[in-house]
Amino acid sequence: MRTLDQTIEEILGLAATHFKVPREQLSPDDDLFKKLKIDSLQALELLTRLEHHFSVELPDYEMQGVSDFRTLAERIQARL
Amino acid sequence: MLDLSQYNSLGAALRDAPERWPDEVCLIEADRERENCRLTYRQFKEATLLLARFLQDRGFAAGDRAAIIMTNQSKWLISAYAVFHSGGVLVPLDYKLSAREHLQQLAHSKARVLIVEHHLWRSLTQAEGFADLRVKTVLVTEAPAKMDLAGAQRWEEAKGGGEPQFVARERKDWACIVYSSGTGGRPKGCVLTHENYLEQCVALTSLYPFWPGVRYLSVLPTNHAIDFMVGFIGPFTCGATVVHLRTLRPEYVRDAFPRYRITYMTLVPLVLKNLERGLRARFEALPKHRRAMLNALIALNRFLTGRRPNLMLSRLLLRQVHAAFGGKLRALFVGGAFMDPSTLQFFYDLGIPVANAYGLTEAGTAITVNDFKPFRADTVGKPLPGMGIRIVDPGADGIGEVAIRSKTVMSQYLDDPELTAETIKDGWLMTGDLGRIDAGGHLQLFGRVKNMIVTEGGKNVYPEDIENAFEGLPVKEVCVFAANYIWPARALGGEELVAVLHPDTGQEIDAALISELVSRNRRLPDFKCIGGYVVWEEDFPRTASMKIKRGPLAEAIRSKVDRTSAVVKL
Repeated sequence: MRTLDQTIEEILGLAATHFKVPREQLSPDDDLFKKLKIDSLQALELLTRLEHHFSVELPDYEMQGVSDFRTLAERIQARL
Repeated sequence: MLDLSQYNSLGAALRDAPERWPDEVCLIEADRERENCRLTYRQFKEATLLLARFLQDRGFAAGDRAAIIMTNQSKWLISAYAVFHSGGVLVPLDYKLSAREHLQQLAHSKARVLIVEHHLWRSLTQAEGFADLRVKTVLVTEAPAKMDLAGAQRWEEAKGGGEPQFVARERKDWACIVYSSGTGGRPKGCVLTHENYLEQCVALTSLYPFWPGVRYLSVLPTNHAIDFMVGFIGPFTCGATVVHLRTLRPEYVRDAFPRYRITYMTLVPLVLKNLERGLRARFEALPKHRRAMLNALIALNRFLTGRRPNLMLSRLLLRQVHAAFGGKLRALFVGGAFMDPSTLQFFYDLGIPVANAYGLTEAGTAITVNDFKPFRADTVGKPLPGMGIRIVDPGADGIGEVAIRSKTVMSQYLDDPELTAETIKDGWLMTGDLGRIDAGGHLQLFGRVKNMIVTEGGKNVYPEDIENAFEGLPVKEVCVFAANYIWPARALGGEELVAVLHPDTGQEIDAALISELVSRNRRLPDFKCIGGYVVWEEDFPRTASMKIKRGPLAEAIRSKVDRTSAVVKL
């Protein structure tokens, strides 16, 4: 079973790859919209990518109120 | 459709719809490739009456307020219907707001009932101020089995025994309280009456009719004035179908068009532009000869439909494009913010008319809408039937503030007679927008009188709501303006917020201060960020109660400096 830290790390890696942002520029507490330069529709793209990676369904509402990678990871972790 | 002139309330009209079209499908709720439910009007009525009975058993009575905080889904409409059936006043809140904002609006509206999705309830219970929530009955939808509901009840438990009472209302009675702005500043709860909605529905459906078999794809939040009307009241008073999607991922929205043979849909400009970008990219990716053929067909369609849309012809000429949209699409509606005419033209040339509309929640949704007689990409359309429009104090160019008078205009701002009096003068709603009516009777917009911006996503942003993010900044005074308010542009677009900084005597605007400003700015959601700042060396004019006199301050700045030289970009 993944730890939260592992989940965070995987999310940062996937986000960096998907949106072509250097991994070293991303930290768990960063605002993911600003760091990745994405809007809410693109955030749903990220969610889809994470669903495939973690093999878990993530409803759109899991992005509600999420602005940083850590909170997103916590939401995903709760479903693993 | 129902003859709405015969009804005094939304509840009465909605009660008759299942009698008229019992076996027509009224609601489809889909989640990705799954269909969660498909209800006929008869089935929908049964679900709503159960809820209405439950609410009435808990003392919910005529005039009581019930708030809904949900994404678009079947339970939203079921709840709304149940509230109207019971004579209540609906308070539809924007699910995208923060828990703090929800709590503020719930308190302001004095809602006694709340129907809310479980993840939003979770956020509310964890928010500061939750202990002060005064709602008496809370129903939580789709709550996981082990979720601690903090005293709320599950939607599945909300069943009453027996037939609920239908509570009749009059046309002038309140139907909804709809919040039209953010909540950092003064909450603006627009009180809309049953007459406002019934009249709006008649006006809109006279231009864009619904009938049994029409399918409306509802993706804008139903709490918003637009979707409440065209994604609920309009279809339901005409025997049509509303399709809700539990996900807004583009691939599933795309699939919904052919799957459900969508007739109408409303978008905000940002999403329409994204759609245009996607289509252009697909066209560019075609082999050269197919691209040339497509261009020729688009040009031919444009030529043949120059005066009026011709859906049959366009679907024939551009078969594959229309097949991707399900082949039944009659029009897209767009509004809520400035729409680039080139985007409207792009879709029109494809045979997909996009009806550009203009409205305000305060006006009961739409004020003007394009009717394609003929197609105009450069206007926001003609006034709806029954809508009186005038241009106040027009300049030599005919441009002035747009004022409207109609049976659709709200009755007041909740508990705010002062703001109401500033907004509705001698029966005319002052929109705060600048416009001109051309020789064809079309309204063209040219900016705003009011100090606000509207984002491409259709969000209203009031500078006063942003200012508390900069409270405590180490300067003598700070305030935020819409740049176009200080320097009116006579055009829409180019909207940004700017901070006006008044330093202390002898204070330098140094790197440390700018860094602090930037840091605070970054904490704001993107659409609320300021684009730059202006340094102003004089005291802000203030009222006796120390409120900033924004008009005089803006005028003073405008008279001394121009935007290009004054605004330092962040």
